This record gives sequence, C-alpha cells and structure tokens, in this order.
Amino acid sequence: MSALLSSYLPIIIFIGVAMIVGLALIVAPFLVAYRNPDPEKLSAYECGFNSFDDARMKFDVRFYLVSILFIIFDLEVAFLFPWAVSFGKIGMLGFWSMMVFLGVLTIGFIYEWKKGALEWD
Amino acid sequence: MLNGLEAVFFYLFAFIAVASAFMVISARNPVHSVLFLILTFFNAAALFLLTGAEFLAMILLVVYVGAVAVLFLFVVMMLDVDFAELKQGALQYAPVGALVGLILAAELIIVTGGYAFAPKLGETVALPTPDVATRNNTAALGDILYTDYIFYFQVAGLVLLVAMIGAIVLTLRHKENVKRQSISQQVARTPETAIEIKKVETGKGI
Repeated sequence: MSALLSSYLPIIIFIGVAMIVGLALIVAPFLVAYRNPDPEKLSAYECGFNSFDDARMKFDVRFYLVSILFIIFDLEVAFLFPWAVSFGKIGMLGFWSMMVFLGVLTIGFIYEWKKGALEWD
Repeated sequence: MLNGLEAVFFYLFAFIAVASAFMVISARNPVHSVLFLILTFFNAAALFLLTGAEFLAMILLVVYVGAVAVLFLFVVMMLDVDFAELKQGALQYAPVGALVGLILAAELIIVTGGYAFAPKLGETVALPTPDVATRNNTAALGDILYTDYIFYFQVAGLVLLVAMIGAIVLTLRHKENVKRQSISQQVARTPETAIEIKKVETGKGI
C-alpha cells in the first residue's frame, strides 16, 4: 500500500511546486509593482471598448452533441485499459467479450457517421 | 488504520473536497460552480488513491474531469437562464433536498457501520479484492470484468449505444439547402454532366 502511495510522491511535490510558483506570480505584483491608477489609465482607450453586454450567450447545440459523442468513446477506451492489462489471463472468452462490446459500439459509430452527426452543417 | 502522513493527506483532501463541494452550491457564478466541481473531482480521485483504488482514481480524472465537467461547462454556458432568479425559488425545494440528503447520510452510516461490525466482510464475498502487493488494481478489475461479469459488461456497451443514438436523435437537426462537399460526385463529373451547350439563333437571346 505505502509502495503504491510513495510512487505518487513526485506528483505531490509537483503540485506543491506549482502552487508556490503560481502564488508567487500572483502575490509578487502586489508587493513590487508600482501602482498609481487614475480613471484615464483604467479606461479602455485607443484599442478596445467597454463590453456591450454579457459574454454568455446561447450557442449551437452541436457542440454538446460532439462532446457527448466524445464522452461515449472515452468510456469505451476506459473499458479497454483493464482488458489490455489482464489480456493474458482472461482467455478467449475475455477476448470475444471485448470484441462484441466493440462491435456494438461500432454499430453506433456507423449510425452516427451515416446520420451525418460528425458533419457540421 | 490511517497513520502519519497518510492521515495528514486524507484529512487535507477530505477537507478540500467538502469545502469545494460546499462552494459548488453556494457560488454565485455557475461557471465558478463547475470549476469547484472539478476541484471536488480531483480531491475525490486523491481519496480513491489513498484507499488503493488506483484505476478508479485515474478513470475519475480522465472521464469526469476530462469529459463530464467540460460537458457541464457547455451546458452552463448554453443555458440562457437567469441564475439569480433561479436561486430565488431554490428555497422551496429545500425540504426535498434535505430528505434526499438524509437518506444518503443514513445509507452511508449503514455502510460504514457494517464495516465497523464486520471489518473482514470484504474477504468473504464471491470474488474478494486481491492484495495490492500481488495483483495491481487495474489487473484485478480486468481479471473478472470481461469473463465473470460478461453480462454487465455487454449491458454497459448497450447503454453506451443507447446514449449515442439518443443524443443524435434528440439534438441532430440538419439545415435545409446547405451545399455539402461530396468528393466522389465532384470527381465523377464529366463534360456531359457539367456543361450544357445551347444553340442560339442569330439575333435572339436565350
């Protein structure tokens, strides 16, 4: 157990270093940068303008469709990992069980291809 | 059971998970809520790692952080809902929410209570979890998922198929009169199909 966890120690160290660097970059300007703002300096002048309204708006439902199709194939790949790891132990039944699983999803893939779900317009 | 450094990390991740879960429901900006949800997923993955469920932790990162949270972001951005107005009416659902929370808490207490009464229960089931030192987590899952639990595995495949077809049926609308590219048609064009020759009589137009 502790062997497993100690193999993740570099990640903890990495997160710690990343946090220190990130916080240093956020905090350092408050300490060292010269600040003397006035309304003209803070206004959007020459290039740029103040925003007209909220940046959030409805956008095309097809983004949603693309990402949901991505998640489904993502899950399919997630099923492949343990299969590949214990491939030698599960024999022919395990092999064909995965082939049927992939076949079912390939039927879905052919359906979405023929339906034109992968085309934009 | 938990000792020293493990306990420190458990309490650290557990505290961040609970705090960011609280921020999910209390943040004013829904996009911030989703970002806190991602932080909660990360800490849940770390907690899975602490219990030795390595594969589950990685899948939580790949599937939930990588895909589902992005999908949530899409939905939050896409819904043109006044969230301030939505939150006004949220209080009337509080009793139902409290009931669901109570049921979940009771289930958790029963599960952990069962563990307190019979800590060796996990070893008496049909397929006990093998020792991490001898067979790693991913391989232990793979040993049984595709053979002993073949029915559930195939049902999972069918559920994914249904989700795929359902998403396409619900959202796919093709615009009319859009000219699409068809390479085979374009390549198969001949002068006979592409141009039309008309005899124009002298002194007249077409």
